[in-house]
Amino acid sequence: MVHDTPVLQEELIWQLLQEVKDPEIPVISMIEMGMIHKATAENGVVAVEVLPTFVGCPALDIMKNSINEKLRPVAGVREVQVSFVLQPAWTSDRISDEGREKLRSFGIVPPPRGCQPGDPWEVRCPYCDSPYTRLDNLFGPAACRSILYCKQCKNPFEALKSI
Amino acid sequence: MSEHSYVETAEEARRNPEYVRALQELLFQAADDDYILAYRGAEWLGLAPHIEEDVAFSSMSQDMMGHAAMLYEMLEELGAGKADDLAHMRSPDAFRNAIIIERPNGTGDYADQPHYDWAYAIARYSLYGVFKQIRLEALAYSTYVPLAQAAGKMQREHHYHVRYWHMWFKRLASSTDDARARLNAALEQVWSDIGELFLLGRASASIVGFGLIAGEDDISQRWMNATRNMFASNGIDWPGDWGVPVQKGREGQHTDDLAQAVSTLSEVYRLDPAASW
Ligand SMILES: [Zn+2]
Repeated sequence: MVHDTPVLQEELIWQLLQEVKDPEIPVISMIEMGMIHKATAENGVVAVEVLPTFVGCPALDIMKNSINEKLRPVAGVREVQVSFVLQPAWTSDRISDEGREKLRSFGIVPPPRGCQPGDPWEVRCPYCDSPYTRLDNLFGPAACRSILYCKQCKNPFEALKSI
Repeated sequence: MSEHSYVETAEEARRNPEYVRALQELLFQAADDDYILAYRGAEWLGLAPHIEEDVAFSSMSQDMMGHAAMLYEMLEELGAGKADDLAHMRSPDAFRNAIIIERPNGTGDYADQPHYDWAYAIARYSLYGVFKQIRLEALAYSTYVPLAQAAGKMQREHHYHVRYWHMWFKRLASSTDDARARLNAALEQVWSDIGELFLLGRASASIVGFGLIAGEDDISQRWMNATRNMFASNGIDWPGDWGVPVQKGREGQHTDDLAQAVSTLSEVYRLDPAASW
């Protein structure tokens, strides 16, 4: 394979990034989570800008390594630079439609688009679609998630915080 | 106040040593407040009244540690030293957190007879939460652009902390006479320290002069308005004038409680600072 034109290489990089999963939610890729802001390739140096979901997310280092491992072997790539940027801020609005579907199938409900921190929203159970759910804990097993309970099918589940 | 010029990068900031000095002071105050209070929150692990509270305090501590780490990294870019070393290798007199931040959770020790005071936790975190919200709002207008951006990001997370602490504040205020009495006693304790939170330390004049954040009076006034509303809606009497501790935490004077916290926090790191994690 020859990757002479930079355009071609960037396309390939996005394809490969699609395979880098969120380490805490392995069904969804970082692209689907809306965490990849920019990926550029110039003279063999690939620069990837990542938007952290939560500032203190302990998975950030793992993501950085995964991106490195995925892109370093690409022919013509000499160096991979992964940086975390805060502008634009990641918000739950950035999750793609495919990403939203995958999250639900994993038992995590994404907030509706346009939802701001603190906005009330009707959380339907990801298993039985019932609206009869209650919030058990704003905080969950990961910084980005809350714990809920479905009064219909009696399953606990999670929802992403709207930020 | 409006004729400030914005500084876009650490490199640009470093061309003006006075600007950097003021900025570093402010960053240490904000970072150390979150860092030490995150540690106090983590000390509730296994001791909170309910497992849900355990999860909540752990999660909030993780967020706050994250905020502190981000600010230490900003300090590293400004030439203050390696971020990890700033967290773990400084001596207590280099810390700029307010004294109320380092106060222990109660009597006893985490590992030995911890008699922690939940009402004190709720009082302290609730009132700090109001302050941090106001500080972040003010920082969003900082002339140091990377800090303004970080403040915006932190606000979205902090929202959930405030919501949680205030839910508990309401719960204690509207519960049994015992709960209410404990909350009032805790508020009295917090009140004797709270005035220091608004102070900007020795570099106050240049911090404000460079447009890094609004002044002490402005911040404390905004805090007072927000807290008055919170007290009124929970039927809590306004305690009157607040106090300040004997030590000046914002100037590097601390109690032994800080030295102890830092030594526990950094025990492992100090064994081998070169280790890779
Ligand atoms: Zn259900």
